[in-house]
Amino acid sequence: MTRSTIEFTSSAEDRRVAGLAAAAIGLTLAEAAIPLPIPGIKPGLANIVTLFVLYRYGWRTAAWVAGLRIVAGALALGQFLTPAFVLSLTGGVMSLCVLAVAIRLPGRWFGPVGLSLLAAFAHIGTQLWVVDVWLLPGASILGLLPLFLGAAWLTGLANGLATAHLLKSNPQNEEATP
Amino acid sequence: MIAAYFRPGDWLLAAAGLALVAGLWLRQADSLEGRVVIRLDGKVFQEASLRLNRLIEVPGPLGVSRIEIHAGRVRVAADPSPRQLCVRQGWIPPGGAAVCLPNRVSVENAAAGYDTLNY
Repeated sequence: MTRSTIEFTSSAEDRRVAGLAAAAIGLTLAEAAIPLPIPGIKPGLANIVTLFVLYRYGWRTAAWVAGLRIVAGALALGQFLTPAFVLSLTGGVMSLCVLAVAIRLPGRWFGPVGLSLLAAFAHIGTQLWVVDVWLLPGASILGLLPLFLGAAWLTGLANGLATAHLLKSNPQNEEATP
Repeated sequence: MIAAYFRPGDWLLAAAGLALVAGLWLRQADSLEGRVVIRLDGKVFQEASLRLNRLIEVPGPLGVSRIEIHAGRVRVAADPSPRQLCVRQGWIPPGGAAVCLPNRVSVENAAAGYDTLNY
């Protein structure tokens, strides 16, 4: 058998991104199995991974992990390029933008919980905006705003607390320096 | 123990988020729940909330129609129209309307309703 001429080298960084993205995808798939009463409301457990990575390895790695999670998660669930995927993508991109700014806030004042809340609100806000202008133009989604924002508040808080706990119980080890 | 994970700004953001949600919820409840639309000559004469008991007098071409809002319900209490159809209709159910025709007054109990339900 001839050896493949294609060289594929992966750096430690690549392997780290892959491993973290795999964890995020796992959470996405697991939460897809949870029956939820209202479409559009889900815990967004994968965001725990995104936030954890943001704190540990920086925004670039977090963006990679989130992007891979969105695309691969959609592929695995059969949602790739469907409206659900577009919503997931736009919400994800906007959350990452907000997080890019929010991570620069003084760490003494704002921690994972605050960032998680900001990201959750950015996520659902963008999604509702996309639904309003693209998916259901004309249908007043204003009536759903309190419901969805309330859910975002709850899940943002829960995910933020989970991330804070995760960061505290996994002190940074030396090989994980960015 | 959970509180240890909050930094000062986090409390602030959580409170602000909760206030936003609560504010929207209250505003929503107010705007969707029980609006009464009174029209005179086809034009909106007054919009009122079902929550506030009151007597509204609408000066129609025949005379004054009195519309009563009481305990979350609305009815035409008195009207100068000869056949008194809108008065005898009694309390107007949610989504219903009463029309006092020669006097050109209509009362609509515009209850919250769904106009689309889809995924």
